[in-house]
Amino acid sequence: MKTELQTSSQHNMEAPTPRRNNFTIFLGAFKPFFTNAKSATGFTIFLIFLFIAIFAPLIAPYEPSAAIYLPNLSPTADHWFGTTNTGQDIYSQFIFSARNTMIVGFGAGILSTIIGLIFGVVGGYRGGLTDSILSFVTNLFLVMPGLALLIVIQAYMTASTPFVTGLIIALTGWAWGARVFRSQTMTLANRDFISAARMSGMSSFRIMLTQICPNMMSIIAGNIMFATLGAILAEAGLAFLGFQDINSISWGTMLYWASNNAALIRGAWWWFIPPGLGIGLVGLSLVLMNFAVDQITNPRLKGQKRRKKHGRKTARA
Amino acid sequence: MRYVMNRIGFFILSLWAAITINFILPRMMPGSPADAMFAKFQGQLTTTALEAMKKSYGIGDTSLWQQYVDYLHGLVTFNWGLSFMQYPTPVSDMIQASVPWTIGLVGISTLISVFVGTALGVYISWKRKGFLDNTLPVVSMAFQALPYFWVALLCVFIFGFKLDWFPMAHGYDPAITPGFTSEYILSILNHAFLPAITLILGGLSGWIVGMRNNMIYTLGEDYVTFAEAKGVKTSRLMFTYAARNAILPQLTSFAIAIGNVVSGAILTEQVFSYPGIGNQLTSAVQSQDFPMIQSSFLLIAVAVLVANLIVDLLYSRLDPRIRTGGSN
Repeated sequence: MKTELQTSSQHNMEAPTPRRNNFTIFLGAFKPFFTNAKSATGFTIFLIFLFIAIFAPLIAPYEPSAAIYLPNLSPTADHWFGTTNTGQDIYSQFIFSARNTMIVGFGAGILSTIIGLIFGVVGGYRGGLTDSILSFVTNLFLVMPGLALLIVIQAYMTASTPFVTGLIIALTGWAWGARVFRSQTMTLANRDFISAARMSGMSSFRIMLTQICPNMMSIIAGNIMFATLGAILAEAGLAFLGFQDINSISWGTMLYWASNNAALIRGAWWWFIPPGLGIGLVGLSLVLMNFAVDQITNPRLKGQKRRKKHGRKTARA
Repeated sequence: MRYVMNRIGFFILSLWAAITINFILPRMMPGSPADAMFAKFQGQLTTTALEAMKKSYGIGDTSLWQQYVDYLHGLVTFNWGLSFMQYPTPVSDMIQASVPWTIGLVGISTLISVFVGTALGVYISWKRKGFLDNTLPVVSMAFQALPYFWVALLCVFIFGFKLDWFPMAHGYDPAITPGFTSEYILSILNHAFLPAITLILGGLSGWIVGMRNNMIYTLGEDYVTFAEAKGVKTSRLMFTYAARNAILPQLTSFAIAIGNVVSGAILTEQVFSYPGIGNQLTSAVQSQDFPMIQSSFLLIAVAVLVANLIVDLLYSRLDPRIRTGGSN
């Protein structure tokens, strides 16, 4: 009975099971990442930045914070993105910032999604007093406007590292996801397959884990992507305002120095364009990959036809 | 009715919690910011004046409970304390001066992006796989992925510095005296144009994609299939059948967005040196101006809570499923 209820239809359908090993199946799950042009682009960009982040010390030609070169250079063969007013190599800073941004972004994105899931799914499924308490906490965190709260906490932490910033972002930014998860759980909780699972004697915890969560996989994956994007943008914004340790290496901090040293008015576009583009490209790759996630998990988005014939058949079987 | 009472009770509870958190947060921070501030005034003020000042801020020897009572009393009587930064200007005056700027700029940009975005979302879900459906979400998402303060910086650089079409900073030309003159209003519009464009571009994609996905979800429901089979006209199917239900989740986002109008685009205001509340908050934090931080925080919290309450109540009228309770 359980397997029928779970039918994530197309996966079961397209496997005529001449016994594939686990690895092929694992790779098969990533197929939509490559077949769709949008997500292939996103995935490629993502891999490039992942590569940069992992091998930053090998790629970057100089120490990112060593202020030992000629200041205020325009791009040259030795310094691809020029140098800062204190003589730091901007290209090396750019490369090393990718690493911090990836760690902070994904760490914060995944952590906040997990917290959001706990609050949202439990609250939405249980209802009653549990829901009241959990959504009360959620609302409190929603009320605290993210960036403003972050700014205040940063003011008190004075000169935090990007990792502390990421942690704070995760701990304050999960509420939006929790709310989405809660409302989705509430609509799912009334569906027949949940009632069936409940009547078959499944425990609440199992229903939440094996029935509700898989059915909102696209929302969860989307939430991770967007929470990561949000964390990257928030970290950049805080660093730009100068509320993070101004000696840390991150794209936001680069923008802080660029705007504080009048790079705009001097026309030093090579200083403030690369960090923003870096953030934008990583963000874009996340958004594009989200299309693939939608494709994998939401059959309704697959084609023009809204209702699949075999969907009916499996439901009846 | 029970639902409504529930929501209102909830509103009051969370309002109280927000106020209390707002009270506790600055007091949890290590080192007394007030001491640092008084140290600044040490040479200039007499000891009695300092004592009076401490008393007026409710810092000093009183117990935490007494401070809390004083704080609540101050809130209700709109006596929000004096700014540390621009002593002795009352905080409420500073907020009054900056809120209209923020509401004008961010509020109008938010409304524009909500309406345009939702309409576009309906349209492209209608024309699935059309040109716009394929390009618009990607293009607008690219804008969303870019840090909007960086887009703002670019706009300042290109349109303000290179081309010199728009002013680079401030809410209006300081050479013009404020008043109901066409010159002054034109100056405001001219200064607001660039920040507004960056805000709209940044927010638009969320509304488009959100509405598109809701529409696609709703279009898969049985009642829509039935209506289609029944031969309902496409336009009627789109607006009266699908869009009406698909717009409900957008309302929740709209409540949050409206609540966030007050906190505003802190970064955008910073980039354009716009005289709004976000700018006020940033400089307040930089100079550890706690009465100012607390008040702007509270304002933002109340705005979000009220917006949420209104949408919750609206929701119960629009969606009977919510009124009758979620589970069971």
